[in-house]
Amino acid sequence: MILILAWAGIISFAVIMYVLLDGFDLGIGILFPWIKEQQSRDIMMSTVAPVWDGNETWLVLGTASLYASFPLAYSTLLPALYMPLMVMLAALIFRGVAFEFRFKSTPKSQFIWDWSFAAGSTIAAFGQGLVLGTFVKGYGSVLPTNISALQWLSPFSVMTGIAVVVGYALLGATWLIMRTVNDLQQKMFKAAKILLTGVVFFLLAVSVWSPLLSPHIFARWFTLPDFYYLAILPSLTGVVILYNFYFLRKQHEIWPFILSVSIFILAYIGFCISSWPYVIPHAVTLWDAASPPSSLKFTLIGFCILLPVLLAYTVYSYRVFAGKVTSGEGHY
Amino acid sequence: MYIDTTLLSRAQFGFTIGFHILFPTLNIGLAIFLSCMEALWLKTKNPVYLTICKFWTKIFALTFGMGVVSGIVMSYELGTNFGPFILAVGSVLGSLFAYEVLSAFFLEAGFLGVMLFGWNKVGKKLHFCATLFVTIGTIISAFWIMSANSWMQTPAGYHIEAGRYVVDNWWAVIFNPAFVPRFLHMLMASMVTCCFVVAGVSAWYLLENRGLAIAKKCFSLVMGAALILTFAQVLLGDRVGLEVQQYQPLKTAAMEGLWHTTKGAPLVLFGIPDSKTETNRYALAIPKGASFINTHHWNGELIGLTSVPADQRPLVSNVFFSFRVMVGIGFLMLAMAVYALWLRWHKQLFTKSWFLHLCVWTTPLGFISTIAGWLTAEYGRQPWIVYGLMRTAQGASQVPMNQVLTSLILFIIVYGIVFSFYLVYLFKVIRKGPDDLAISADMSVDAQPPFTYMRAETK
Repeated sequence: MILILAWAGIISFAVIMYVLLDGFDLGIGILFPWIKEQQSRDIMMSTVAPVWDGNETWLVLGTASLYASFPLAYSTLLPALYMPLMVMLAALIFRGVAFEFRFKSTPKSQFIWDWSFAAGSTIAAFGQGLVLGTFVKGYGSVLPTNISALQWLSPFSVMTGIAVVVGYALLGATWLIMRTVNDLQQKMFKAAKILLTGVVFFLLAVSVWSPLLSPHIFARWFTLPDFYYLAILPSLTGVVILYNFYFLRKQHEIWPFILSVSIFILAYIGFCISSWPYVIPHAVTLWDAASPPSSLKFTLIGFCILLPVLLAYTVYSYRVFAGKVTSGEGHY
Repeated sequence: MYIDTTLLSRAQFGFTIGFHILFPTLNIGLAIFLSCMEALWLKTKNPVYLTICKFWTKIFALTFGMGVVSGIVMSYELGTNFGPFILAVGSVLGSLFAYEVLSAFFLEAGFLGVMLFGWNKVGKKLHFCATLFVTIGTIISAFWIMSANSWMQTPAGYHIEAGRYVVDNWWAVIFNPAFVPRFLHMLMASMVTCCFVVAGVSAWYLLENRGLAIAKKCFSLVMGAALILTFAQVLLGDRVGLEVQQYQPLKTAAMEGLWHTTKGAPLVLFGIPDSKTETNRYALAIPKGASFINTHHWNGELIGLTSVPADQRPLVSNVFFSFRVMVGIGFLMLAMAVYALWLRWHKQLFTKSWFLHLCVWTTPLGFISTIAGWLTAEYGRQPWIVYGLMRTAQGASQVPMNQVLTSLILFIIVYGIVFSFYLVYLFKVIRKGPDDLAISADMSVDAQPPFTYMRAETK
């Protein structure tokens, strides 16, 4: 029981870490088409070049943990989400290689990797949004099968797809505000305001649409007295959004990023509340999908030992490359 | 054999993992090589070593990026294409993968940034530590993945409850019978591959008569290393062979093209296995050779393929030929390393033109041999996904066939494009060559202007 809860917690943690960390570096790719100057693009990429693969490792940790602790969910959801996942993977390939290839290409052919980075990031984010939307909508109370292989494509999941693209772009813009100066930073202040407005729109849309779509979600949020406690979450989100607008207006460099991250965390908590206790919505619960205790225990031991260590050196690596980036950085 | 979702899923998995394995194969060896070079630089302060480090780090970085992006695919494909397999064994293999991510992937990714971009951001010793951690990460990664794959070959430490595998003993799972020899065999394959890549590139510089100080140092070092490594690899291959014969006798039978259970089985040097007539055509054989190699006794008994029904045999010709390719290349490499020693003896190592040319052309042999070895191991495992317990067909997801076909084509196109560019940039880095020694000596770590790497290279 406690083991299963611990694993649900670990996977949730890995997923939100991935969303936040890869969110801002995918966001940089999403913002690419709007920044034309090669010099600025160099800077944008340089702010994440030393850390991007570490960020993506959280995605692999999420999947590996799901695989180890809830194999039923892993083996059912992944075939059901076949196409969006495959497209996302292909997109991640194009953006990943762009980091190396772009700086090894000639100025003439550099546009290929600009495009590959921008399109790859955007499509990967959109694919993740499709998966999110499909998960929120759920498969009713039956296991997804062969027939549901196209269920990932619905108006709702397309909407969440766009929402994730906009959200990641906001993370990317506020990250760049923190890491750049002058002209590029000013552009990012402007972009962040527009993107934040977009995020507000999509948060409202999801909050209205998902309860209508799923009776389970409706019951979770609109049952008294739970409603009063749960209302804290949207209220808090509202406050954070207002502060974010305020700090963007004040041209504060750090707070917009912290607050944008907070918006993601709050929205993610909302998502977890909506999904609880299902691991395949709304058919299989965490308890029914879990691995035998021998596996949960064994992997948990490793997790408890290694997580603090890896967090420590990840923080260290971020600190080595902290500070403003003013020109295309790095060399070897 | 007809085309179905299972076959397409296998083709896709085989293609994507075969593609992926190229990069770690080079990089495990290259990371070890770089650690040694950087250690030598710290110890001797000789700028040649630093230049070698900086040059091969470029190739390492390029290759690492490819490894990362093609590796992420693998973590999903198991679920998307082999769902029922994961449902059964997820609690066993999933834990090994989770450990791999926690102990290896984060270690590599965490310190790769410092290794590539940190030359003038951290001290020399700290930088060396970063390189060392990345190297350790690549080795730990191989440890877990080889353990997981070996468990599929020789499952141990579990019992089955309602069709699902429950682990009783993790030590037995991780150190399953096939694991240790296969892990070492793979590590050695990686180092040998790296040696011949470094040798090939250095030989090209020697022939081109440029960067001689660096090329000579590299060529001499890796040719020396190759002698020890290829010889060790032959011995390790022998261990793996004994283990396979003990636990997967049918794989041995397919490797040796042995149809009927025989004492003192002959070693078929060449032949074409024919599964219809259950014989080898045009066979050229050494009497009792196969028994001696696989059991270390001239009259040892080897199980033949016909001892099981045809639907439980691997595809004999695939196993048979890939095995010969692997072994053939292995011995060619050993011969080259021995000849290099002879040349060194006669002080002709850097001047024997035909040998340098041969080294250039044999640069990719390590990869081919490694892939052939993998094909032997994995084709030899068929038709089982967990050896002797679960058939591959039972393990495949029932995804609509057109979706698998679409993704397979998608991967072939994407990998084709990405790999072409990888080669283009690889050759570009090689053509440009290591920095001039005179320049790199006074620009050593601290004096180099920052941020030069990230700009597009201008001619």
